[in-house]
Amino acid sequence: MKSNSNLEKILESGKFAVTSELGPPKGPDVSAIEKKAAFLKGNVDAVNLTDNQTAIVRLSSIASAHILIELGLEPVMQMVCRDRNRIAMQSDLFGACALGVRNMLCLSGDHQCFGNHPTAKSVYDIDSIQLIATVKKMRDDGKVICGDDIEGAFEMFIGAAENPFADPFETRVPRLAKKVAAGVDFIQTQCIYDMNRFKEWMRGVRERGLDKKVHILAGLAPLKSAGMANYMNKKVAGVSVPEDIINRMKGVPKEQQAEEGIKICLEQIEEIKQIEGVHGVHIMAIEWEHKVREIVERAGLLPRPAA
Amino acid sequence: MIIAEQKPLDEILAAIGDAKKILVLGCGACVTICFAGGAKEVGILASQIRIASSKAGKDVEVTEDTIERQCENEFFDRVKEKAAEADVVLSIACGVGVQTIIEVFPEKIVFAGLNTTFYGRPKEPGLFTEYCEGCGSCILNATGGICPIARCSKSLLNGPCGGSENGKCEVDPLNIECAWHLIHERLKSIGRLDLMEQVSPPKDWSTSSSGGVRRIVREDLREVKL
Ligand code: SF4
Ligand code: SF4
Repeated sequence: MKSNSNLEKILESGKFAVTSELGPPKGPDVSAIEKKAAFLKGNVDAVNLTDNQTAIVRLSSIASAHILIELGLEPVMQMVCRDRNRIAMQSDLFGACALGVRNMLCLSGDHQCFGNHPTAKSVYDIDSIQLIATVKKMRDDGKVICGDDIEGAFEMFIGAAENPFADPFETRVPRLAKKVAAGVDFIQTQCIYDMNRFKEWMRGVRERGLDKKVHILAGLAPLKSAGMANYMNKKVAGVSVPEDIINRMKGVPKEQQAEEGIKICLEQIEEIKQIEGVHGVHIMAIEWEHKVREIVERAGLLPRPAA
Repeated sequence: MIIAEQKPLDEILAAIGDAKKILVLGCGACVTICFAGGAKEVGILASQIRIASSKAGKDVEVTEDTIERQCENEFFDRVKEKAAEADVVLSIACGVGVQTIIEVFPEKIVFAGLNTTFYGRPKEPGLFTEYCEGCGSCILNATGGICPIARCSKSLLNGPCGGSENGKCEVDPLNIECAWHLIHERLKSIGRLDLMEQVSPPKDWSTSSSGGVRRIVREDLREVKL
């Protein structure tokens, strides 16, 4: 075992994993985390804590992860390369490990131009792939980047994101191969609406045998409304929502659109379960955490296995 | 070359304040080519200052000149007298030029009239784009000749990120080309896609501005040994 995390045990034992996401509050309001955590507890195997997502200042992912542990949930601490250099990142990784965090996700991070401090200086000392290699070196060799020894055991289950929908499409399987070469243990994909493109990507992944080397969790973001479908399609970089899904959402009255979105999500889960090489789903129900239990239950994924 | 653009006139006027005799000094190198600080721009800016001053009822004398290069001491001889007569020198060279004047004429008050922006080139008439950040340890040989440090919005060494769409960068999909898209296309065309799959290790940024103030010593060119 690399980390002894619940998520690692579930994935390594070949069970279908379910993870979800929690956006920390814009301040030290612990009750906001408690409220969202209560919706997720027992319904998913681990919960991602976003790291100043969309470059908006929020409660740190490390502190949020620690609060989650105290509440009895397992965190996946996200870490972006935008805000910290290699000194701060490695230090924070020690801190996270010391606080009991055993899963993390290595990300480039949204550019600060999208957030509430667009005048900030960006860092990008190392990128997400270099971060993966860094965490692996810390864990497996017991060394930081410069080669100095780490005091104590550093354990971490290393995750990363991958976006099969970004361009150029041809780079998307090689990019996963690169992350695997760097030492990633699990992948959570960008949210899937274009199932055909996802399947095409997975074919490429299997052709190179990458599905045998890394656990892939398919990312899903249930649609709340036709408006959200449109927004995701037009405004979110690297996300496209196919016409038929937008039309299906538009085709039902407003008050039934949320249910339609959940239905689509459930159909997607069924389809994903059949795709060889996909080992779980990552449900991103942003500000919709209270619906996660219903989705997981209706998908027949409850109760969650004890690791 | 170095690309710069003129500061807003109000900011320039606020900087020169109540100075009575102003020398507007241009530079014949990069900033002439990027239409920000050559003889022509010196003339326009000098007139603007004269008009603004007379509107404000101020009696201001504005002289003009443009030297070959403001980044080398030897070119300042020709404007010694003009500078001596002026209260302030308003330089419309790059930031290097402004600082050179301070060293050449230490008794002068010097103001910067430009915002020095990047190392780039005129890609199309009227369009200047960034190509290099002077990182001090060039990696172009591994990236098909396209710089991800200056031309990827996140300076990623292992790109593209998940925000690349239709060849454009998430930061400004209308105007910024995704450097890693360009790198991929270029490596494909020269049969070196293998380079896309090499994991680039963390870069040594000590050769960049992160390493402290940089200098290059060329013993072969020095008269006095260090
Ligand atoms: S790699 Fe460094 S030196 Fe080379 S073009 Fe890019 S910024 Fe300039
Ligand atoms: S979209 Fe391309 S240029 Fe923009 S940050 Fe991502 S990799 Fe860099």
